[in-house]
Amino acid sequence: MNTVAVIDYGMGNLHSVSKALARVAGDSRVEVTYEPERILRADRVVLPGVGAIRDCMAELTRLGLDEVVREVAGSKPLLGVCVGMQVLMDFSEENDGTPCLGILPGRVQRFADGQVDAQSGERLKVPHMGWNQVHQRQKHPLWEDIAQDARFYFVHSYCLPDQKLEITAATTSYGVDFASAVARDNIFAVQFHPEKSARDGLQLYANFMRWNA
Amino acid sequence: MGLAKRIIPCLDVDRGRVVKGVRFVDIRDAGDPVEIARRYDEQGADELVFLDITASSDDRATMVHVVEEVASQVFIPLTVGGGIRSNADIRRMLNAGADKVAINTAAVANPEFVREAAERFGSQCIVVAIDAKRVNEDAGPLRWEVFTHGGRKPTGIDVLEWAVRMVTCGAGELLVTSMDRDGTRDGFDLELMRSITQAVNVPVIASGGVGNLEHLSAGVLQGGADAVLAASIFHFGEYTVEQAKRNMAAHGIEVRL
Repeated sequence: MNTVAVIDYGMGNLHSVSKALARVAGDSRVEVTYEPERILRADRVVLPGVGAIRDCMAELTRLGLDEVVREVAGSKPLLGVCVGMQVLMDFSEENDGTPCLGILPGRVQRFADGQVDAQSGERLKVPHMGWNQVHQRQKHPLWEDIAQDARFYFVHSYCLPDQKLEITAATTSYGVDFASAVARDNIFAVQFHPEKSARDGLQLYANFMRWNA
Repeated sequence: MGLAKRIIPCLDVDRGRVVKGVRFVDIRDAGDPVEIARRYDEQGADELVFLDITASSDDRATMVHVVEEVASQVFIPLTVGGGIRSNADIRRMLNAGADKVAINTAAVANPEFVREAAERFGSQCIVVAIDAKRVNEDAGPLRWEVFTHGGRKPTGIDVLEWAVRMVTCGAGELLVTSMDRDGTRDGFDLELMRSITQAVNVPVIASGGVGNLEHLSAGVLQGGADAVLAASIFHFGEYTVEQAKRNMAAHGIEVRL
């Protein structure tokens, strides 16, 4: 049976992620777990994350899941969500600087306070909260049946500024252009919350459940 | 193109049922929360706010079930307010599937609670709800005072000072309700909204007084709100959320359609 493991390290909105996956999983099984063996045995893995990145990294490490995530990243479809995307990068400036897993290249930075939108002249607030457009930068199985520039739900104060890297799968504009999705081989990670993004969010999870990377 | 302004239907829940009146008086039954939440989701609501107005704490467990039920069927952000007084209350709601909690009375009683909650759970899930009432209608510069207990209890606190203080404590969003307008259908208190949106750098949800679709656009264009909240215009089928969004779009406001 096709199983998806949602990594439970106490730092995610696991209820929403697992319910959304269950909604699109069909015959597949959704397991919420922190047990390395079960994560490694699953066919695909979701790494959620909410809250401060230092706490996320500390919990992953304490539970021995940093090594598990590295192993998954080299072997099967892995989907990082929100802080679950950020921890895959090299480094985050949050919490006075936090070294991350370094599975993907990039440095996570805070949105600058008091920025003004170039078009509307509006003052941009932090956190970036609400529905913004996701501009797909590459064709990818996880974008299937999702329109170019579709809106997804974001809530975050830190982001990966767009550096036109090869891993950039989508960008979103909020004062700066930042990477709202990154992809490499069997890894896909999004800054937004598919589990809170209504139909398009569920479509992305459905695409992930079918993805044979 | 960029971040969309949000429309947020609000569901007042009493003992597991959605009700709506002028707050605490003339309560009309508007139906089953799960059913209503699904309907709003289908119409394109950007988020939902549930306010638990259940009087007795015994019945509060009902709210947890409502949130669980809604969260397993509706995949948009959910905010839950009413009776959030401790970290345990927040944890319970987040575990049930809420994304944010709205804190009102408990913040006034102990502002440090907001700071602790923001540190523990992250600012992104801490909304401070402010019930504001004009205090000097006739003389002097316009001022608003913070009220608690569903607008019944004055606190003597100035609303603008309070808003800034709550953001400093870590509130990630403010839900500002005009007690003068709530239930009147006369439109938002736009001066109140504008004063607050200019004073803080977090998103502000305007609430209280929406009677027609033009009011929603005014909240954004004149009030400077990032999101607009309404209840009765949606509950009784007067307007759909989609109609509201098309109207906002016609005013040049960016919305998710």
